[in-house]
Amino acid sequence: MASESLTNRKPKGTGIVTRLKKLAFGMKGNDGLLYKLFIYGLLIGIGFVYLFPLLYMISYSLKSLDDILNPLVNWIPTQLYLENYQAAYAVLKFLPTLLESLYVTAIPAIVQTAVCAVVGYGFARFAFPFKRTMFVLVLATFIIPPQVTVIPRYVFFNEIGILGSIQAFLFPALLGQGINSAIFILIFYQFFKMMPKALEEAAQLDGAGYLRIFLTLALPMAAPAIIISFLFSFVWYWNETYLAAIYFGNSLTTLPLELQKFVATYQQMYPQSGGEASEINEGINMAGTVMTILPMLVVYAITQRWFVEGVDRSGIAGE
Amino acid sequence: MKQLSMRSKNSLTGLLFISPWILGFLLFTAYPLFYSLYLSFQKVRITTEGIQTTFVKFDNFKDAFTVDALFTQKLLTFVQELVLSVPIIIVFSLIIAILLNQPIRFRNFFRMIFFLPVIIASGPVINELISQGVTSIPSIKDYAVFETMLSADSLFSSVLLYLMDNLIIILWFSGVQFLIFLAALQKIDTQVYEAAKIDGASNWECFWKVTLPSIFPMIVVNTVYTIVTFSIFSLNPVIEHIQTNMFQINTGFGYASALSWIYFLLIAVALGISVALLTVRGRKNYA
Repeated sequence: MASESLTNRKPKGTGIVTRLKKLAFGMKGNDGLLYKLFIYGLLIGIGFVYLFPLLYMISYSLKSLDDILNPLVNWIPTQLYLENYQAAYAVLKFLPTLLESLYVTAIPAIVQTAVCAVVGYGFARFAFPFKRTMFVLVLATFIIPPQVTVIPRYVFFNEIGILGSIQAFLFPALLGQGINSAIFILIFYQFFKMMPKALEEAAQLDGAGYLRIFLTLALPMAAPAIIISFLFSFVWYWNETYLAAIYFGNSLTTLPLELQKFVATYQQMYPQSGGEASEINEGINMAGTVMTILPMLVVYAITQRWFVEGVDRSGIAGE
Repeated sequence: MKQLSMRSKNSLTGLLFISPWILGFLLFTAYPLFYSLYLSFQKVRITTEGIQTTFVKFDNFKDAFTVDALFTQKLLTFVQELVLSVPIIIVFSLIIAILLNQPIRFRNFFRMIFFLPVIIASGPVINELISQGVTSIPSIKDYAVFETMLSADSLFSSVLLYLMDNLIIILWFSGVQFLIFLAALQKIDTQVYEAAKIDGASNWECFWKVTLPSIFPMIVVNTVYTIVTFSIFSLNPVIEHIQTNMFQINTGFGYASALSWIYFLLIAVALGISVALLTVRGRKNYA
C-alpha cells in the first residue's frame, strides 16, 4: 500500500513494445506483471517452506510401513492408512491427556489474563511513586531466563507443597509472574493508556469508584486486549515443556510432554518380542506429532483472525 | 488540601492495582534471583532434613569453564547460532512484512501461514521434526553450485551449511516479529512516500531513507524479542545441559545455578551489545 506510487516510468513513445513493457513492468514500478509474478512467487515459495514440515508430517502419518519403505511412494500414500493414528492415540492416551493439557493450560491463562489486566490498568491510569522504576522492572522480568529462577522456585514450591499440581503454574500467574507476563502487562498498559481521561472523570462525577470504573468502563473497552492475551497465554502455556516437566513431575502431563517420551512409552506398550509389526516407525511417530499439534491447529483455525490482527492492534508495536 | 488528598488517594489506588505484581515480583522473581545467586556459590546437598549448603567460593563457576568441557562447548555453539540466526530472522521477517504490505490478494491467507509456527512451535514437536530431518531443505545440497561452495572448508561454507540445515527452524522463529514489522509498516504515513516520490526518490531509496528509519524502533524491539525467545527455547542445548545438571548427584542445584547465571549474563551481554550496536548505527545514519 505504502510504496504503491514510488517510481514513475513514463512510457516513451507508443507501439507494441511499449505496451508490452507497460504490461510487464507497470506504470509505477510495482504494479507490472513481472513484479506481481515475482512477489507471488516469493510468497508462495516462502509459504511452502513454512508449511513443508506440516505437510510432511501429515503425509507420513498416513503411510503404512510398506509405503514408507517403498521408494516410489513420495508424498501421497497408496492408501488411507489410519492405524498409525490408532497406535498414537493409545500411546498418547489422547483423550485423558488432552483434557489434562487443557486443564493446566486454560486455567493459568485465564488467571494470567485477569491479573495482567489489573496490573496494566494500575500502571496506565494512576500516578504513584517509583512508577517508572517498577515499569522497567516489569519489562526486565521478560529478559530473565526461567532457568535462573527455576531452581529456587522449585525448592520454594517443594516447601509449600505445590509441586506436581496446577498451583505451580497458578501461583506465579496469580501474582503477575507467569510465562511472558511482562508482555501481557505491556499490552494492557497500552490499551488502557488509550482510554480517554474525560470518560473516567465523567464516571467519577457520577459517583463511581475506581474499581467500578475499571470493571464497567475500562474492561469492556479492552475486550480485544483480553482476547489476545488469553489466546497467547493459552498457546504459550500449552507449548511450555521445560517448566511443566520440572514442576509437574509425573503427576500431571500434557500432550507435548507425552510426545517427548513417545518412543519410550511406545516400547513399553508394545515390547519388541512380537516381530516387526510392533516396531515403532516414522509413520506412528508423525501421527503422534500431528495429534499433539492438532488441538492447537483447531484453536488457530477458529481464532486466527484475532491472533493475527491482535498483534498489530495490541500495541506491542505501538511504542 | 483537598487536591493533595485526591492525589494520594489516587496513588494509593494505583499501588493497590499493581500490588499483585509487586508481591509476585518479590516472591517469584527477586527472591529466587538472589537465592539462585547465593546457591551458585554453594555446594548444595539435598538431605532428609532439607537443603544443606556449603560455601565453595567461585568453584562452581571455575568448574563450569575448566572441568565441564561440554558446557563451554555448548555455550560457544549457542553464541554462534545466536549471531547467525538473529540477523537472519530480523531481515527475513522484514522482507516478508514488506512483501505482504503491498496490495496483493490472499493477504490474510499468507499472514495466517506465516504466523502458524508460533502456535505449534513447542520443543518436543520441533524435536520430532528435527529428528525426521524435515527442518532442512532436502536435496538442495545436491546441487553442484552448493557442492562447490560447501567443499571449500571455510567460515563461509560452515555458515552456509548451518543455514541450510536449520533454515526452516530459523524461519519458524520469525512469526511474531513479522507481524510486528507489518503493523509498524502500516502505520507509516503514505504522504511521506508521496513527498519522497515527488523529490525523485526511487523505490530503493525510499526503503533506505523512509521505511527503515521509521520502523527502526521496531527493529530494536524485534531484536530483543528474538534474542530472548531464542535463548529460553527449551530445545536450546545450554538449557538442556542446565536441566540435566540440576538433578545430577555430583553437581546438583549449586552448580546448575552457577551455569544458569553464566548463561543469564551471556544473554544480558548479547542484548546489551546488539541494542548498543543498533542505536549507535541508528544515530549515525538517521539523526
